[in-house]
Amino acid sequence: MSDIRKELKYLSSHEWARVEEDGTVTIGITDHAQDALGDVVYVETPEVGTRIALGEEAGVVESVKAASDIYSLVSGEVVAVNEALQDAPETVNSSPYDDGWFFRVKPDDLAELDEALDASEYRELLESDE
Amino acid sequence: MGNKTALYATHQAMGGKLVDFGGWDMPLHYGSQIEEHHKVRQSAGMFDVSHMTVVDVTGGDAKAYLQYLLANDVAKLDALFGKALYSGMLNHDGGVIDDLIVYNLGDWYRVVVNCSTREKDLAWMNQVAKTFSVAITERAELAMIAVQGPDAIRIASSLLSAEQAAIIANLQVFQGLPAGDWFIGRTGYTGEDGLEIMLPNEAAASLWKALADAGVAPCGLGARDTLRLEAGMNLYGHEMDESVSPLAANMGWTIAWQPDSRDFIGRAVLEAQKAAGSTQKLVGLVLRERGVLRAEQIVTVEGSDEKGVITSGTFSPSLGYSIALARVPRSIGAHCQVEMRGKQVTVEVVAPNFVRNGKALI
Repeated sequence: MSDIRKELKYLSSHEWARVEEDGTVTIGITDHAQDALGDVVYVETPEVGTRIALGEEAGVVESVKAASDIYSLVSGEVVAVNEALQDAPETVNSSPYDDGWFFRVKPDDLAELDEALDASEYRELLESDE
Repeated sequence: MGNKTALYATHQAMGGKLVDFGGWDMPLHYGSQIEEHHKVRQSAGMFDVSHMTVVDVTGGDAKAYLQYLLANDVAKLDALFGKALYSGMLNHDGGVIDDLIVYNLGDWYRVVVNCSTREKDLAWMNQVAKTFSVAITERAELAMIAVQGPDAIRIASSLLSAEQAAIIANLQVFQGLPAGDWFIGRTGYTGEDGLEIMLPNEAAASLWKALADAGVAPCGLGARDTLRLEAGMNLYGHEMDESVSPLAANMGWTIAWQPDSRDFIGRAVLEAQKAAGSTQKLVGLVLRERGVLRAEQIVTVEGSDEKGVITSGTFSPSLGYSIALARVPRSIGAHCQVEMRGKQVTVEVVAPNFVRNGKALI
């Protein structure tokens, strides 16, 4: 069974979001997503300073097997990206919720996250897919 | 639930991620397909290929039958007992029903065909056999383990009986010999030296475990695919199928045109295609920047309205960038354009092989 973190919010397209202490939102892909993709070989993140919108494509993750778009859970300005993934994309496989984060957004409206799935809803989604 | 090989429980116990492949539950990987790939290039890995279909052809007309059935000529095998040949088995339109390996075993032959094509292959082989004095016998009681990599033969030999090790020591590349109720071939699908060992189903798990204990990495279909693609080897259903000529699939070298007197199924169509130069051709593509070439992406060639298509594409773990095989117009030059995720990307065109015996060829 894949790892699902209680404190995170999720999209049905298998991204997670974490609200940091400074109010920014960190986004990555779930343990389920990394497992389904297999070995990750490239990660394309948005550039710092660009604006991204909820539900819009904000990056790409490519594994040996497939390419998958990454969607943001909130609208706002990109304030940081995980540069380490450029040289070590496999970090997404080994640490999807921690070292394998993708980018960080200064959200326009944190309430957008209320629309996202909580951990139990995401778990139900995965179980219904099995 | 799909078909299960004799090693199914072993794969589960060793943490293999099992997926459906041509109706069989097979391991995709045991954690990281890239690590498995490197293990094969650098030392030794093993694959359960028991899902492949082993068929023995016996009877007085065995040779004549295979000379008519296959585009390559089994007469090439006469000089060496156990010698193997790669061939296409074509339909009357010159399309590829399957690709296969055939071993010469004196007065009979052993043929190994793909798993996803098993039923149509057996039906075709039996239909063609009607006018020959031959028997077609599937050997479903055999498992098959491929041990591949620069250390594969040394490690495998150290675990087997003295008699089996002596047979292996004398095996030429692309030769396979019976060893008691086993059959050991110096063949594979990775571009590395190694063995394909056919053995009774009930003996498979203990050999697999012994190889694992000796440091041979269990590998799944994921690594098998990246290894064969680096080696420029075709995968049925990707580089060719019944609608594709072997001349468009880099299989021209497997068509034995001589002697002229040998009629084989598909010959007339292939001769016309060859004379007209009417088929596309298979090339290698290389993308040194980020991004991964994928099957079904469309290839555009300068000066041609005719499009090409990527038949297999992947990230090459050995090279560190993406490679692909593509079927393209014959006029292709040193570069072409590939439509990747809505963008036209320029890629390099190379001969369709990328890595052999651990070394980059490009």
